[in-house]
Amino acid sequence: MKESIPLTWRRIPERYTLLGTQCETCGKAYFPPRIICPQCRRKGKIKKIKFSGRGKVYSYTKIFVPPEGFEKQAPYMLAVIELEEGARVTAQIVDTCGDVKIGSPVRAVFRIIQRDDPEGLIHYGFKFRLANDT
Amino acid sequence: MTRFGENWEKGFRDMVTEAGINAINDAGISGEEINAGFVGSMASGTLIGQEHIGALLADYMGLNPTPITRVEGACASGSLALRQGFMAVASGLYDIVVVGGVEKMTDLGTTEVSTILGGAGDQEWELFLGATFPGLYALMARRHMYEFNTTEEMLAAVAVKNHKNGAKNKYAQYQNEITMDTVLNSKMVADPLKIMDCSPITDGAAAVILAPSEMAGSFKKEPVNIVASTQASDTLALHSRETLTGLKSAQIASAIAYKQAGIAPKDIDVAEVHDCFTIAEIMAIEDLGFFKKGEGGKASLEGRTSLEGEIPINTSGGLKSCGHPVGATGVKQIAEIVWQLRGEAGKRQVKNAETGLTHNVGGSGATTVIHILQKQR
Ligand SMILES: [Zn+2]
Repeated sequence: MKESIPLTWRRIPERYTLLGTQCETCGKAYFPPRIICPQCRRKGKIKKIKFSGRGKVYSYTKIFVPPEGFEKQAPYMLAVIELEEGARVTAQIVDTCGDVKIGSPVRAVFRIIQRDDPEGLIHYGFKFRLANDT
Repeated sequence: MTRFGENWEKGFRDMVTEAGINAINDAGISGEEINAGFVGSMASGTLIGQEHIGALLADYMGLNPTPITRVEGACASGSLALRQGFMAVASGLYDIVVVGGVEKMTDLGTTEVSTILGGAGDQEWELFLGATFPGLYALMARRHMYEFNTTEEMLAAVAVKNHKNGAKNKYAQYQNEITMDTVLNSKMVADPLKIMDCSPITDGAAAVILAPSEMAGSFKKEPVNIVASTQASDTLALHSRETLTGLKSAQIASAIAYKQAGIAPKDIDVAEVHDCFTIAEIMAIEDLGFFKKGEGGKASLEGRTSLEGEIPINTSGGLKSCGHPVGATGVKQIAEIVWQLRGEAGKRQVKNAETGLTHNVGGSGATTVIHILQKQR
């Protein structure tokens, strides 16, 4: 689905720098950012944190039938990544020949996520690549 | 209900009216007796550009000025509508309530429909980054395979079994049997899920009539009691969950439902579960307590969930073979269990079925609705 310009602009900190939140009361890290900690609710104290971008593959799949806007990228690897701070994110794994396994170490990279059309908006954000790759 | 399928000749309002009339005829009541209605639809606004479908339904069924309300919970919208109707009758506010579910999906192309269905997940943090619905369930399947040695053959066994049941259902979209090879050799959608592991895009509508138990005996057909109605929520995004190998919302909603009904999983004779993908049925039969976590795949391969098995699952053909008009699915599940408990399921009848369960999931598990139905004794 095409995102609006205000939405894309609003999400720049999180998508460009993996900015999330952490609850000072229970220590749990969240990505994307949350206004309240679902575990502690009003007893929680939320602060912003910047994730290191290092993590491990928790699960993965190869997408052969892509959604609108991803036609030129398919097939591509999609994974749930467990970041070293504990939060998990959904993201693509790029620059790999398919040797992704559960547990593979990965690191975040800054990439184009999708383009609306040749004249339209270019959406940027995070993808991941295998950490042992050079 | 209407037949499920690519109903090009029928519009949204045609199908919802047809299903409603069928339910009213089945109960042997007249329109004036209906006090209120609830209708489930996930995405009529994006699929056909029509919102305000409660009013549309009242108008086209000739029920004005009866209040009809739309409810939405992605693919669980139909069961949610039933749950609203159940609560409205149980509260004593209304006596006779009509509950419908409907979706018109084939007016758009596959890519557009898939994008719209993606809205059941987290638009900003899953779909925007390249996830698809088959992709999210593939992530669950991969993890289930990793933790429990579930195989692609076990997944395929679910599709084969559901087509076998669907072949006996005149309302089903696909009334043909398939082989394991057909599933295993079908086109990859999101590894390890192939096209034959996925439920199709479907048009259809289903409806039921609710009434207080003490009144229900006076209707034409044998009534069936709703002995439990529960709903639980979980995180919208899959990645925010502790585990990917089961749905906590289904585990919690079913545990409460068994308690409400005063029964245990072993007391269920027949169940309709939400097999939007084959892995979803395997997780469902574990989450519902029919099999231990991790053993659902093996049980499916061994035929323990077939029509002749110890717990027949998805006698209607499930979402895979009967079709999945998202808003209608939850109500269709109820209709199938009612037919089973009344002994009206024909060639797919489960012998002596007295207690049945429905499991309807929204998105990747952020909503699960469970109902338990029992034959009136
Ligand atoms: Zn907390």
